[in-house]
Amino acid sequence: MQKQLNVSAIKDGTVIDHIPTKVLFKVIQILKLEDFPNTITFGNNLDSKVLGKKAIIKIANRYFEDEEVNKIALVAPNAKLNTIRNYEVVEKRVVKIPEEIVGIVRCFNPKCITNAENIPTRFQIINEKSIEMKCHYCEKITNENEIRIK
Amino acid sequence: MNKKNLISITDFSKEEYLKIMELSRYFEENPNQSLLKGKVIATLFFEPSTRTRLSFETAISRLGGKIIGFSDSNSSSVSKGETLHDTIKMVSNYADLIIMRHPLEGSARYAAEVSDVPVINAGDGANQHPSQTLLDLYSIMKTQGKLDNINLFLVGDLKYGRTVHSLLMAMSQFENPIFNFVAPPELAMPDEYKLFLRQKGIRYFEHLEFNDIINQADIIYMTRVQKERFIDPVEYEKVKNVYILKNEMLAQTKPNMRILHPLPRINEIHTNVDSNPKAYYFTQALNGVYTRMAIISHLLNLK
Repeated sequence: MQKQLNVSAIKDGTVIDHIPTKVLFKVIQILKLEDFPNTITFGNNLDSKVLGKKAIIKIANRYFEDEEVNKIALVAPNAKLNTIRNYEVVEKRVVKIPEEIVGIVRCFNPKCITNAENIPTRFQIINEKSIEMKCHYCEKITNENEIRIK
Repeated sequence: MNKKNLISITDFSKEEYLKIMELSRYFEENPNQSLLKGKVIATLFFEPSTRTRLSFETAISRLGGKIIGFSDSNSSSVSKGETLHDTIKMVSNYADLIIMRHPLEGSARYAAEVSDVPVINAGDGANQHPSQTLLDLYSIMKTQGKLDNINLFLVGDLKYGRTVHSLLMAMSQFENPIFNFVAPPELAMPDEYKLFLRQKGIRYFEHLEFNDIINQADIIYMTRVQKERFIDPVEYEKVKNVYILKNEMLAQTKPNMRILHPLPRINEIHTNVDSNPKAYYFTQALNGVYTRMAIISHLLNLK
């Protein structure tokens, strides 16, 4: 039986796999793919042996530095990145949560100065397993259920 | 430029706490100074706090400095919609040091990043108010002659009270403190602070009332139990009299014991305590002037 891809293959670019279904659009936001001009295809609620259901994103002719892509570890800690050249996977990478998160996440505390003035937020990761991050400014802790992308 | 700020109590090391204690004592003995002669200090109070502002402004005056600023945001350009960033940029061009009170949390840390001159946080919302903690430390030092081996009772609202959290962090830098937390369950000390103490191997005990154990205390630090903090008003009615300190409770307390309170007091310390020599809260407030003289001198490298 011929195996059919749910999301069609790309010739060159990056495939981000093993994204939890609920955070697909957060990943798109974090990587600022809304403004990216090349072909992007994605699928959600695909069957996955690991996650049950998963999401996947394929981005043509775009490659990521570790620093850029590690940001998505906040919402998709088990995501895998495949670099594709001429339809072949030439590199596989996992994401790693950075020690400091700058300018991506909104502070959970409505009374924090970062929600009142136009300031890039800064958080220090204090717990990697179930994400907890401490705001550099108001010192309050935002946890993974409260993460909202700026 | 390597400028020093005081934003959060954890910004200072134990050595700096001790230096502030020493300087506070020096200024208490020699209150009239000219160290700030020719210097301009800005006191920017984006929300009113008469007590803190007057204490800082007295400290500046005693050091011989000049004051610019405002005492609430209605009388500043904030009412025209100016951002905190722009206000601080402008004022840091005028003044040698900025003292700021602001209702939003984290505002002081941000101001310190924007400003070219040192910033002292005089309260950023419910977050930090480090000069209060340093004057609390100085009051403990003065009345006990030491900061090590202190049995400290924290009483009242231990959940929301920023002063008790900062005091806990500061006192845990010293040898062998014992903390006794006295609070209703609704206002108990948050887990993160208890975890912090456990990790440092510091002893603490939790109590619902303190009549029977008050004789162990070296310091009783009272705070107000506010009705607004209770979801169920019945719960408030049940506990409201448990956390009121009365003169008759003090009979068996240690001779060195002193009562502290960040003020303003409402009814949590009965006025019949005021004449007891163990009542220290008004002197504590005066100590704030010397401590603030010490903080300003330290940040500007004048002493």
